[in-house]
Amino acid sequence: MAVIKPIFYLFIYPGFLFLFLYSTFCEWVDRKFYARLQNRIGPLYTGPAGLLQPIADFVKLLTKEDIVPEKADKAMFSALPVFAVAIVCTAGMYLPTWHYSLDKISFNSFPGDLILVVYLLSLPTLIFFLAGWSSTNLFSTIGGVRVLTMLFGYEIPLLLAVLSPAILADSWRLAEIAYFYQTHPLLIFVNLIGFVIALVALQAKLERVPFDIPHAETEIVGGTFTEYSGKKLAFFRLLSDLEMVVGAGLIATVFLGGFPGGILGSFVLFILKTLFVILLLSVIRTACGRLRIDQMVHFSWHYLAPLAVVQLAIVIVIKGFWL
Amino acid sequence: MEGAEFKVPIGPQHPALKEPLSLRMTLEGEVIKDAEIRLGYNHRGIEKLAEQKTFIQNIYLMERICGICSHSHTTCFVQGVEKLMGIEPARRGLFLRTLVAELERVHSHLLWMGVVGHEAGFDTFFMYTWRDREVVMDILEIISGNRVHYAINTFGGVRRDIDELQRQKILGLLDQLKKRTEYYFNIGVTEPTFVARIAGVGKLPQEKAIALCAVGPTLRASDVPRDVRKDDPYAVYEEIPFEVCTANTCDVLGRFVVRVKELYQSYQIIEYLLKNLPPGPVNVRAPRRVKEGEVVSRYEAPRGENIHYIKSNGTDKPERVKVRAPTLGNYPATVEMLKNGFVADIPLIFASIDPCICCAERLIELVDAKNGKSQIVQASVLRALGKETLRSKSISPAQAKEIWQQAFRNKGIKQWL
Repeated sequence: MAVIKPIFYLFIYPGFLFLFLYSTFCEWVDRKFYARLQNRIGPLYTGPAGLLQPIADFVKLLTKEDIVPEKADKAMFSALPVFAVAIVCTAGMYLPTWHYSLDKISFNSFPGDLILVVYLLSLPTLIFFLAGWSSTNLFSTIGGVRVLTMLFGYEIPLLLAVLSPAILADSWRLAEIAYFYQTHPLLIFVNLIGFVIALVALQAKLERVPFDIPHAETEIVGGTFTEYSGKKLAFFRLLSDLEMVVGAGLIATVFLGGFPGGILGSFVLFILKTLFVILLLSVIRTACGRLRIDQMVHFSWHYLAPLAVVQLAIVIVIKGFWL
Repeated sequence: MEGAEFKVPIGPQHPALKEPLSLRMTLEGEVIKDAEIRLGYNHRGIEKLAEQKTFIQNIYLMERICGICSHSHTTCFVQGVEKLMGIEPARRGLFLRTLVAELERVHSHLLWMGVVGHEAGFDTFFMYTWRDREVVMDILEIISGNRVHYAINTFGGVRRDIDELQRQKILGLLDQLKKRTEYYFNIGVTEPTFVARIAGVGKLPQEKAIALCAVGPTLRASDVPRDVRKDDPYAVYEEIPFEVCTANTCDVLGRFVVRVKELYQSYQIIEYLLKNLPPGPVNVRAPRRVKEGEVVSRYEAPRGENIHYIKSNGTDKPERVKVRAPTLGNYPATVEMLKNGFVADIPLIFASIDPCICCAERLIELVDAKNGKSQIVQASVLRALGKETLRSKSISPAQAKEIWQQAFRNKGIKQWL
């Protein structure tokens, strides 16, 4: 049993299998919901109601011709997609689902894992930049530079936003933060501003409308991914789905009370809460146009960052006087 | 990247361009320092072809100049030829011609709004406007039986009449369009991310707009009230009450506002036309041969002023037809608009003139790949050059034919064999 549990944890739930299947499911939900909001039908033919379309897309991309530009740094160009997927999967392991106990520190749950997850989630951004840079394509380079510029915009508000619930819960360990809000559910509402900021910052991290600036199709073709094709592109696409799930999972853990209730209970709660976050992200995507890079940075530093500081102040005041 | 200049080629193949055109941008960081437009990727030789067809056949050829403002080109052509023939078109026919023209304007402007939404990354707007564009396409189908190439014009009037049932149906659908347009206007000027992208972008000051001969909504958005329908009325515009719409912001937002205002005006005109439709025949008999002479015909297409020059030598075929599509008139202004803009604004600024590249292509520029020198060559010279090349490689014309037939066979192209 002692061997089976970690294997189940690593490979089935919430490991690779669950993350892969669930992220494709989330892509389907996102696409279908986005399409319905736009008065379209969305995926329809592959599987029931088009449910298997993201997997079909993934498999199709795997079979496509894989071209590496002659002038590109070949080793780096090829290794980056795999690295990125591995990093995001690792981040997914730290979401407290079932394989941990509150009073014992284990490899997947320890004080400070909040910072680790945020760090791991910011690495794909760096990889996007490197991918754009090592492609040596003009559009990729512009995309890569935009990725980094955007990082300076949203990363700090995101960190501040997820820190305020942690300060209120008096812990930097994800499992303990989640437990705190399970026992004090009303305090969830204190972090409402932080929740909105984290949502917007996650949207920027995922490079979706209105922040799809680094791969704005009508401006710089494919942006960072202009030169990517075949398997490597498939991995990058999978990566953005995985990142969406893990990012939504992080927000659900920190702001929405996590996923208590053993394997089954956590499974159901994980799906419900992450889907809630993902649907909110889809709504943002539907209701906006794309910002310009300077407008995005301006927006982050004039609205997101000050609001995050306000949230932090609210939390500190409440903690000082009432808790 | 401060201070470093580099060149970015937008096109001839680029997701922002639906047709081939080359924009060469000189950038400094993300700021455009200079822009150069290169044409000639989509030349179809329509003017030359027009000289070999009869006037009647040419109506349908002119329709194929553009896939959106097809009616504009036929009307412009037909009006010119009618003037040469010296015939007075049927009044009911003129009303129907104007009706289709205004419906086409509605369809073109709704399409443009969607395109701008898409270029600004606002795909929801794109999907919505194009859904409602279907309504006006349906109306056009009710009238002409076709969605794009209406084929309704003929010399002396139009080819089809509408009955009472169709009239009522069109009026009903029009109400639906009006409500939707109201909604789009509100979105276009209030949705913060969209307004942030189009306000203050692509500035074209009034004096520049006049100096660079901009036309259509691009010119009117720079606060110049110039509209052929008012300045030089054709068809029945003289008796129709409508206003020339302008905006004074001189940017993409202004062009958006002008087009929405024009939509409202078009709805009014369409209602007026349907309610005051005179009885009588829809066309009069026109002669096959056209008297000798030349004429310049002007027409306010959805994109701006469309000009056709027609020269007749007294036969049933024109001696020369020259088309100046509105997009061509707007290119110099586009270069001015692009300067000092951001890279991110290129697709928006370019889309704001509502470019129809294939309408505007009138020549091929031959550029020497070795030294970059360009020259204009006559077809006969080109043909002689081809013969010369064959001779120098000692290939007979029969062998050459065999070679290209083989090439087409290999590629599976059957229709040219």
